[in-house]
Amino acid sequence: MTTYNDFVIRFANVNGSGSASANGMFAKALFRMGVPVATRNIFPSNIQGLPTWFEVRVSEQGYLGRREGVDIMVAMNAETFEEDVASLKPGGFLLYDNTKPLAGHLRRDDITEIGIPLTDLLLPVFTDIKQRGLFKNITYLGALSALLDIEFDVITGMVAKQYRGKDDLIAPNIQALEIGRGYAQEYLPCPLPIRVRRMDDPGERIMIDGNTAAALGAIYGGATVCAWYPITPSTSVAEAFEQHANRLRLDSECGRRKFAIVQAEDELSAIGIVIGAGWNGARSFTATSGPGVSLMTEFLGLAYFAEIPAVLIDVQRSGPSTGMPTRTQQGDLISSAYASHGDTKHVLLFPSTPKECFDFTADAFDLADRLQTPIILMTDLELGMNDNLSEPLEWDDGRTYDRGKVLHAEDLEKIERFGRYLDVDGDGIGYRTYPGTHPEKGAFFTRGTSRDEYAAYTESPEIYEQNMQRLLTKWKTAATLVPKAEIESSGQRAGILYYGTSALPMQEALDLLGDEGIHLDTLRVRGFPFGEEVYEFIEDHDFVFVVDQNRDAQMKTLLVTEGELDPAGLVSVRYFGGLSISADTIQAQVSDYFTAQKLPRLTEVKS
Amino acid sequence: MTFVAKPRVHHPKLPVNDLGLTRRDYEGPVSTLCAGCGHDSVSAAIVQACAELSLPPHKFAKISGIGCSSKTPSYFLSKSHGFNSVHGRMPSVATGANLANRELYCIGISGDGDTASIGLGQFAHIVRRRINMLYVVDNNGTYGLTKGQFSATNDKGSTSKKGQPNLYEPIDVVSLALQLGASFVARSFSGDKRQLVPLIKAGLMHKGFAFIDVISPCVAFNNHNGSTKSYDYVRGHSEAVMASDFFLPQDEITVDYDPGTSEEVRMPDGSMLRLHKLDDGFDVHDRVRALNYVQTHHSRGEVLTGLLYVDPNASDCHEILDTVQRPLNELDVAELCPGNDALQGINESFR
Repeated sequence: MTTYNDFVIRFANVNGSGSASANGMFAKALFRMGVPVATRNIFPSNIQGLPTWFEVRVSEQGYLGRREGVDIMVAMNAETFEEDVASLKPGGFLLYDNTKPLAGHLRRDDITEIGIPLTDLLLPVFTDIKQRGLFKNITYLGALSALLDIEFDVITGMVAKQYRGKDDLIAPNIQALEIGRGYAQEYLPCPLPIRVRRMDDPGERIMIDGNTAAALGAIYGGATVCAWYPITPSTSVAEAFEQHANRLRLDSECGRRKFAIVQAEDELSAIGIVIGAGWNGARSFTATSGPGVSLMTEFLGLAYFAEIPAVLIDVQRSGPSTGMPTRTQQGDLISSAYASHGDTKHVLLFPSTPKECFDFTADAFDLADRLQTPIILMTDLELGMNDNLSEPLEWDDGRTYDRGKVLHAEDLEKIERFGRYLDVDGDGIGYRTYPGTHPEKGAFFTRGTSRDEYAAYTESPEIYEQNMQRLLTKWKTAATLVPKAEIESSGQRAGILYYGTSALPMQEALDLLGDEGIHLDTLRVRGFPFGEEVYEFIEDHDFVFVVDQNRDAQMKTLLVTEGELDPAGLVSVRYFGGLSISADTIQAQVSDYFTAQKLPRLTEVKS
Repeated sequence: MTFVAKPRVHHPKLPVNDLGLTRRDYEGPVSTLCAGCGHDSVSAAIVQACAELSLPPHKFAKISGIGCSSKTPSYFLSKSHGFNSVHGRMPSVATGANLANRELYCIGISGDGDTASIGLGQFAHIVRRRINMLYVVDNNGTYGLTKGQFSATNDKGSTSKKGQPNLYEPIDVVSLALQLGASFVARSFSGDKRQLVPLIKAGLMHKGFAFIDVISPCVAFNNHNGSTKSYDYVRGHSEAVMASDFFLPQDEITVDYDPGTSEEVRMPDGSMLRLHKLDDGFDVHDRVRALNYVQTHHSRGEVLTGLLYVDPNASDCHEILDTVQRPLNELDVAELCPGNDALQGINESFR
């Protein structure tokens, strides 16, 4: 039976062997044929020599989450060959270099071997050893184009575009592609029963990593100061910010930069710079991962209490401690939500797509200014470092920046006495001034110690409590300003609540569950503190599954704590192995719960 | 403890500066530090320096860390914003503040615990970054707010109030600043206003990172016999490399000089730092010799004071980063947002 646009292909390579470019072109070619693809880089914490895998999920239905099992394995790493063969699903295809014959213990009866003598084919053509290694990747790409029926001119067009300006590289790349394609057409059963076909035009959609999208969001959102410290998987946020700002943020007359970026000595300094700049009226941000958030907690508490805007992009990875630095997780919810000593709470945003990384980062600067507090974007390695299919990025040219409650010199002239922490409007947010605004009025002393409404130091128990209560009023205001949860309801008794990258496999999981007669209403959390709609959703359902990509059900904990909810009504669905959660995992855990609790299923009566 | 405002009456004959302001316009509320604390003398010197320079008293960003020293920005320049931040982290907050608005005069106040222990890393890196600011360490060799523990600048063998000797080698922040590339390095004594005020003025006018280590005795915990940071010890063991006066461009130089040779250092804005050499062998532009000189005097148990090094043509962080002249915090959406057309071009590059 022939299937179209529905498989998982995994490329097993050695880190640093130049495979990323060929593998990326494979995914991009399918994207350009209008086929939905999702890419995942499964890489070690290493620069050269260790195993690395690149996985492409191809799905005509548009299922972009990770799926268990591999249909096609491109096994190019001798070291992992045995486990790579073992990971193939029965009926799968193994593509390998058969210059040397396959050892007997590596053979399986239930898969199809596709041997291509890559080394032998390239030996007479490319004399340089390094070049030969690189072109091996391009050659298997050529073979795959024939095996899977990928339009060849789409690939050659990409080569031409990629090496524009380095024209001497185009011809040998095309030659390597043709060697692979020619061999496959002559000696192999092309095309395979698993293959691709052109779908509708990909339309407006783009393929972009979340970190680049977030960096662009910072540029569009008006960030002028970026301070950061290198840490996987967040480094590319700062790098993309600098790269794009170097083009988009130059003064048209003098050519100088309308932004400042500093690679700080550590994360403590990075957040300190952000807070200093925020205090002085510039939009500023940092990007880090879990260990960086741990280092930043003292400063985050200061910014919460002293009420200073700041934006932090947390690209989460597997913890605790160094954990698995190159694997994904949603492990920092609690450490971010309550970062710092004392009664501290922070506003969190949960993007699910690159477009949301862009939108929410730009929004975060408005929210930080409006709420005068740190805003933390909770993305992860899965979203941040992989090319994800996304709606195109859009900016409304009529949009202005909401700088929040800031008094300028002319405002200060009109008021009798300025009180930095007076709750004039009843929303818990006072009016601030930037340093140097007015010769006589509006100056105040910012401190992490307790102070009265006029910013004067005090240790009065009543005034301290009053101030802490006002911060809670502000917290309630925040719940009305963060992005609302996305709800889809068809009146089911049970619901499922999820956030961030758990959105990727969700539609597929719901379809799989639907086939079993399990139908769920859905809610995707996009902000913290939770809006009323989140509590109402939970209230309206007999029980709600809560999907977390961490061991300790951190989202469930936040819901129970903040909403004073009965934990019995929230059923945790969890995965924390470092790959992103798959539809199969969600389906299995939900289905098992229905079975264990003997809950009724709706099965369609087929006539 | 509460906030105590000073009464707003002042002597009718207080001198008025070019802005028509008196020294009172540069002061803050009453200090809550111990009576006789050297830090209050440093605050008073800052007030005098800013008033004499006729700088607008609201155009400062005063940043500090945590400790007795770090409380002091509350006690001077009350028309300016101040930020008493996190222990040892003043340098990063000052960096951010300076990046956001390069037009404000940035004064960072730190202590020896704040700079030489918990904040040593941040101190080293702000020197490297060349932030345009005046960084003052109120150096008393002790932790005052937690009642008298040794700090890392305390000399080995110096004794605590209870008579116990310090067992560890001291960290000399002046040597560090010189070694890490600070373009203005000085040391002074809180009890020597004649030396300190001109140094603060010159440091404020210096473009780049200006560092002044001020030995500032702690009357409560480190002013006894056996301490090398007491009033008596410092008065008895300090040696000034040179006396200095600081003049704005418009000032006529009519001061009587101490005997000895003198040298003028022209600051970027045209103002003049006039140095009176007490030691003929000292060159204020020689970083390597300055380091050697400081170490030599330290080994003799002497505290070398005065301006030790200055590079009047130094660059600052904004020049390194090539940022626009206008303060970044003034730029609005029209100047910062590239617009939707540019974004559609970016989308295209991801197809």
